[in-house]
Amino acid sequence: MKEPVSRRQFLSQGISGLSAAWVSAHLPAMVAAAGYARQAAKSAAPPKFQFFTPEQAAEIDAITARIIPTDELPGAREAGVVYFIDRSLATFAADDQKSYQEGLPELQARVTEMFPGATRFSGLTAEQQDEVLHSFDEGGKPARRPFRARPGAQDFFETLRQHTIAGFLIDPDYGGNDSGAGWKVIGREREHMFQAPFGYYDKDYPGWEAAAKEAEKK
Amino acid sequence: MTVDQPKYKTSEEVDFVIIGSGAAGGILAKELSTNGFRVVVLEQGPYLTEADFTHNEIEILAEDKLTNHPKLQPNTFRKTPQEKAKPQRALVYGRCVGGTSVHFTANFWRFHEIDFIERSKVGPIPGTTFADWPITYADLEPYYTKVEWEIGVSGLAGASPFDPPRSKPYPMPPLPVKASGVLFERAARKMGWHPFPAPMAILSQPRPGRSACINCGFCLGFGCEVGAKSSSLATAIRMAEKTGRCEIRPNSYVHRIETDANGRAVGAMYFDEKRNTHLQKAKAVVVCANGAETPRLLLLSANKQFPDGLANSSGYVGKNLMLNSGGNVYAQFEHPLNDYKGFAVSRIMHDFYELDHDKVGFYGGGGLDARFDFTPISFAFGGLPPDTPRWGKEFKAALAQNFNHTLEIFCHGTSLPVEDNSFSLDPELKDAWGLPALRMTYKDHPDDLKLANWMFARAHELLEAAGARKHWGFPAQEAQFAVHLLGTCRMGNDPKTSVINADHRTHDVKNLFLCDGSSLVTSGRGQPTMTIEALAFRAADRITALAKRGEIST
Repeated sequence: MKEPVSRRQFLSQGISGLSAAWVSAHLPAMVAAAGYARQAAKSAAPPKFQFFTPEQAAEIDAITARIIPTDELPGAREAGVVYFIDRSLATFAADDQKSYQEGLPELQARVTEMFPGATRFSGLTAEQQDEVLHSFDEGGKPARRPFRARPGAQDFFETLRQHTIAGFLIDPDYGGNDSGAGWKVIGREREHMFQAPFGYYDKDYPGWEAAAKEAEKK
Repeated sequence: MTVDQPKYKTSEEVDFVIIGSGAAGGILAKELSTNGFRVVVLEQGPYLTEADFTHNEIEILAEDKLTNHPKLQPNTFRKTPQEKAKPQRALVYGRCVGGTSVHFTANFWRFHEIDFIERSKVGPIPGTTFADWPITYADLEPYYTKVEWEIGVSGLAGASPFDPPRSKPYPMPPLPVKASGVLFERAARKMGWHPFPAPMAILSQPRPGRSACINCGFCLGFGCEVGAKSSSLATAIRMAEKTGRCEIRPNSYVHRIETDANGRAVGAMYFDEKRNTHLQKAKAVVVCANGAETPRLLLLSANKQFPDGLANSSGYVGKNLMLNSGGNVYAQFEHPLNDYKGFAVSRIMHDFYELDHDKVGFYGGGGLDARFDFTPISFAFGGLPPDTPRWGKEFKAALAQNFNHTLEIFCHGTSLPVEDNSFSLDPELKDAWGLPALRMTYKDHPDDLKLANWMFARAHELLEAAGARKHWGFPAQEAQFAVHLLGTCRMGNDPKTSVINADHRTHDVKNLFLCDGSSLVTSGRGQPTMTIEALAFRAADRITALAKRGEIST
């Protein structure tokens, strides 16, 4: 393996037999390296669409912005989800291209039918956009695990919904969730390791022995 | 991959060819090569290492980088043998060196004494093939201890009043408690129950070449980047390679065990990465391909002498499939738990391990654990309350409010062995290599569903006591998807009702051994891997003794 030292090679080879404390001390350097790699990846591939035309991209971007809208916190638009979807359709989600190829003309048709005079989804008001999307959304049940539960998801809106969520919440190292926007919304810290206590309820945990004694007293 | 692995020729008759490198195969490879035997391990998946593992949810959820791929290896499902099975993804297992142990949750409970002798205790159960094991907990105890010390399990001996006897404490303390664990522990005690630190095959302290858990939060479903998860990859396989007698051969998809005119196994036929076929010759064959692929391989190996499949005179190859009943109950709390940090489970309880059949009205038992096994994307699809809109402003608000505030109670339970529940060869569907696909037939025994609903009710009581702001779940449904693959080539003394004997040797073929989830006679209470590994350590001792006495090669 002659790749430059990546974060995980560093993690897997650099810490043999050493403690988590060592990793903790060196983490800033590792994260900096990962950040550099990400920047490099970005400049090598400027935001140019591989699958969508610019017009299609504008429509998809507008839909993602209704699936996860922007409010006081960033939404799908700020997370650059449309770029993630474009890349996905050229790679792991190539099977879903058909959904988009069939769905986009259907979208156009519904926009014109529901709002005579309108030509583009992205030109509608937010309320009108939601009305169009509701006409697509048949209200499937949430699945325990994405993608698996709906292997043959050809439904345009459902596919787009899944891709939007994935692009918003994926680890920012992997081509979506730009600037960690999605993780800011859900409150996931962008670190590669953590130490206890993790949350509110374990903050004052007295330790197993003490907790057991405490429980006995009651 | 280490450089000092031997490269055996396929024409060279090695001592053992082991099929599968997961929980059982890894340990058998380590033990048999350590005992001086020449071993080839054929693994159908690739050889990935820590450097290949990422936090990329797409690789796990959409690309199946670590698991069987539904396009290459499709399968079919039906509820009863009377139905025609339909193509449907019905099972997931690890398909890489280390097998499912690479991505598992790492709950490492021992079975209890009752699991081995329960049929005698409760009597026959209609509609089942419920049976005792030919071995007892006492036979396996030294090997459970071996797993804990050699593979690396963290836990606290004596913390559960329901624990079976043990000869040694755990080699390292439990992992830190999570917020979910604290809420669970306090509420369970309030209920008068006995929570305890979860035994986990994840390091709480570093070991040579392996880091302690760094709590990265990408655990279930993912390979561990720092070797803290005690997978076969991070443990037994490395040790096997160090002997200089074991070759791990990845991308080697075994599709047939060849036998000679005397009915003895002569080796394993496999496709290499370019789909060329080879026969690896060996004095004995050990199949550790998991509870689905092991019976499939035996059925694929049918020939004139063994028309119903290899080692299948009982007709039990592939039958008596058990999946472990159960499911999740979810809760949302007022303050942040941040349970996405760390491994999945820190507290469990076994108060319901052995329920009184007469009191509850059904057979079974189980355990509860407090966990968070979601990652950000999987949470958005499966972790939100069911009344949450699926998109828009409220969906986003729910994501923001719930991700850090949610825990799951996982209810683990027994499955009864039912003869019709099985893996078999689909008569029509083929995989990408042109081999008959796996067909799963499964319909839960009614008691398994009753048990699951009973356990869900206890979980809701616990969450009420914990002061959850909201808790929800779904009634038990008939299973259509398998993760735990158990009982399909079970162990027993009677060749009419079992496939292997207590030494893991098939009743029909003297130099063919099976060891994995298929060997289990009962399902335990929901966490089988610890027992699969203990069986593998024990099988290695038995096989070594047989080989040293010359009872395999003649």
